[in-house]
Amino acid sequence: MDHTVVVRNMSMTFGGQRALDKVSMSIRRGEVHGLVGQNGCGKSTLIKILSGYHHPDPGGELEIDGQPIKLPVRTGSASDLGLSFVHQDLGLLPSLTVVENFRAWTISTKSEWFIRWNKERERTEEAFARFGLGLDPRAIVGDLPAVQRALLAIVRALDDLAQYTKDDDTRGGLLILDEPTVFLPRTDRDRLFDVVRRSVAQGASVLFVSHDLDEALSVTDRITVLRDGRVAGTVVSADTEKDRLVEMIIGRRLEAFEASHRAHTVADAGHVTVDRVRGGSIENVSFTMDEGEVLGLTGLVGSGFEEIPYLLFGAEPAREGRLTIAGHEYDLARMSPSAAIAAGMALIPADRQGAAGVGSLLVRDNVMLQVIDDYRPYRLDRRRYLKAAREALHQYDVRPPEPIMDFQALSGGNQQKVVLAKWLQAAPRVLLVHEPTQGVDVGARLQVFQTITQAAAEGMSVVCASSDYEQLAAICDRVLVFHGGEIMCTLVGDEITKDRITEQCYMSARTLRPDKNMRMQA
Amino acid sequence: MNQVSPGAAGEMLPPTASEPQHQKKGFSLGDYVERLALVIAWLVVIVVFSILAPDTFFNVRNFTTMFGTQTTLVILALALLIPLTAGDYDISVAATLTMSGMVVAVLNAHHGVPIGAAIAIAIALGALIGFINGFFIIIFEIDAFIVTLGTGTIILGLTLWISASQTVSGVSDWLSSWVVVHRIFGVSYEFYYGLALCILLWYVFDFTAIGRRILFVGRGTNVARLSGIRVGRVRWGCFVAAGIIAAAAGVLYTGTAGASDPTSGQTFLLPAFAAAFLGSTAITPGRFNPWGTFIAVYFLVTGITGLAILGVQTWVQNVFYGGALVVALSLSQIVKKRRERAARL
Ligand SMILES: Nc1ncnc2c1ncn2[C@@H]1O[C@H](COP(=O)(O)OP(=O)(O)OP(=O)(O)O)[C@@H](O)[C@H]1O
Ligand SMILES: [Mg+2]
Repeated sequence: MDHTVVVRNMSMTFGGQRALDKVSMSIRRGEVHGLVGQNGCGKSTLIKILSGYHHPDPGGELEIDGQPIKLPVRTGSASDLGLSFVHQDLGLLPSLTVVENFRAWTISTKSEWFIRWNKERERTEEAFARFGLGLDPRAIVGDLPAVQRALLAIVRALDDLAQYTKDDDTRGGLLILDEPTVFLPRTDRDRLFDVVRRSVAQGASVLFVSHDLDEALSVTDRITVLRDGRVAGTVVSADTEKDRLVEMIIGRRLEAFEASHRAHTVADAGHVTVDRVRGGSIENVSFTMDEGEVLGLTGLVGSGFEEIPYLLFGAEPAREGRLTIAGHEYDLARMSPSAAIAAGMALIPADRQGAAGVGSLLVRDNVMLQVIDDYRPYRLDRRRYLKAAREALHQYDVRPPEPIMDFQALSGGNQQKVVLAKWLQAAPRVLLVHEPTQGVDVGARLQVFQTITQAAAEGMSVVCASSDYEQLAAICDRVLVFHGGEIMCTLVGDEITKDRITEQCYMSARTLRPDKNMRMQA
Repeated sequence: MNQVSPGAAGEMLPPTASEPQHQKKGFSLGDYVERLALVIAWLVVIVVFSILAPDTFFNVRNFTTMFGTQTTLVILALALLIPLTAGDYDISVAATLTMSGMVVAVLNAHHGVPIGAAIAIAIALGALIGFINGFFIIIFEIDAFIVTLGTGTIILGLTLWISASQTVSGVSDWLSSWVVVHRIFGVSYEFYYGLALCILLWYVFDFTAIGRRILFVGRGTNVARLSGIRVGRVRWGCFVAAGIIAAAAGVLYTGTAGASDPTSGQTFLLPAFAAAFLGSTAITPGRFNPWGTFIAVYFLVTGITGLAILGVQTWVQNVFYGGALVVALSLSQIVKKRRERAARL
């Protein structure tokens, strides 16, 4: 079997720190190849070398379809080499429209004298139709929900690959997906994998990065494990157990997380009460929560569950609704993030780069933002401030625990840990989280679970909006399943299992509107 | 918390030693060179002119003059720095300077208002201008560049009106004595005002919580908002601060000349931007910062003075300032790229 892409002895050093150390791997033609490993082990770095973004250390070699490629890869030449990418941060320009983003590569690399936008729009719509994506080409990308942005990036990469292989069937091409599924709910994942398999059947190869090991094992043919920048081994997926894979990734066994669904006396003495909130696609939702309860919100895409944390926090405008926290009542129509914080709330949004942390500022400043007033009034006690930042990074196991580096230089999962540290340091009463373990590796995921349940045990009420049913089953005391902006059912106690939640999500969707949500759109 | 130790069951990797080693924090030589590049460039300029014009350029009087006469520009550039850090352009600062200088002159010389009161009124006017800018920018969510371009033009018009398009002289000597006449170490007082403001802003930006907040607003509006920072208020406050400081620059400008003319203040706009951007490549590269700006002003002034002493014609000033702005922007872009790519400090 011939190889599409071969990497040999690839190393990458960032200012004295080895991110990749003599990595060698090969991807066969027509293969789905997994790339897994802990946060910060170098997956994205390897991918960014392939795209020409990073310049690797001398000594590495890259071969595509048997041809040696000169390193560093020339930026912009990736699509000529048959490489097409969905980067971890998606690589979209938020201020531009869907068409402009969709056709960005072609438009920016082909020298056309006159861009016929009607033509481009048609082409875009046609491609969307082919992949079943219902998106308005004229919409501004920044206004789209995260799910649709992800789908746009994925369809763009697929289309690019199709262009490459169109007139020459000896060409394979490689589709590179860096954690593409973190934004996607179940249905759309399955949809994505279908598309992936179709391109593979046509001779393309896929490099697939994921922290969801079940998913990785089921869709890939082989998996390469990276650990601290080195290849820990390559395995054949069909012959590999998940536990074995976990061991290769983190170098030890992982104890199972003890899920305990504590019963709460929510009925009357509700510590937190949400009364008839309306806003976005949410219609008239009410619920109560006890002190120390972890409440899960879930549903299929478009069900609106993920809007609740933002509405409660005042990050998205609510039309009406009342919120009571420990006896204090708030009008949600007039809620703002600063008022929410004063009321003791904290919001950890899913969009790390855009909403949770500022990439071009230091990790120190990002992690300390919520507690910065403790280092006043006359001056920031800079030494104490730095020390506290370092301690927070250690406590939440951020790697590297180095406060003086840009936030954007951290790997995706470590950014998430910084954001958790930032908010939990401020000891909120009510913690609102949206996909808290998105992009977090297996080991760290467990830590996040422990952190959240620990905080709840100390009396914090937690609202966790997530479409990761396994996670909900692990940490929640109660789960509300949404559809069409309303609560369809409540799961408590032993009912909270991954299978039950999945079942309920689909059931509530089916009973109401059978046609909606079955397609790949919101 | 879990202690994740690679190698506990590690049969494929050597144990813990494989944890990436992180450099001890500290500045490498490269960092120092980058931080001090502007200072070095400034010294080079001084040396070059000293060689070319040993008598006229390289003497104490020339230097005390250079230091003692450019405070207006220093203060204006520092005023600009505040909205720039919060992510906004304020094009109206130079017009605010012109108007404030003219208000002091007209009130004091024509209407006999005591100089102290005239200054207070001028500064209050600066605050009002900043407030109005902020009002349109924050409440109506209009682009700051456009709003301040508009208000700046209005202010210039009003300045022409109140001065009847004439230079107004006869301002109280008290002002000029406190600006240019009195000296410490041979350098006029006004230099120390600029220095003091620079220290004040340094303190605010680097050592206070509000400074950090302004930075977050400038770099990630959405993150700032979700972190509970009242983004609108912070930006608005920055415009007011810029207005006040620009007005103070206007007072000094009138003090320096003992008179005020209704248009020349506008010539400070471009050099102020050039200094702010050039300054962002130094001291704390990649960030607008007061010390960088301060040094950048004197770098530019040294260049201009040197050229003037060599007898080069005045049109060269424009070429020099404009060139410096473009070079500064290119440099700061290079710094940014470098930081993004190789990003450890
Ligand atoms: N621009 C950069 N400057 C400095 N260090 C960097 C930079 N980019 C990445 N690193 C470091 O290189 C290492 C590998 O990062 P990388 O993003 O490849 O991890 P990853 O395997 O993709 O992790 P995740 O699963 O969290 O996305 C990390 O330690 C990270 O901090
Ligand atoms: Mg990554």
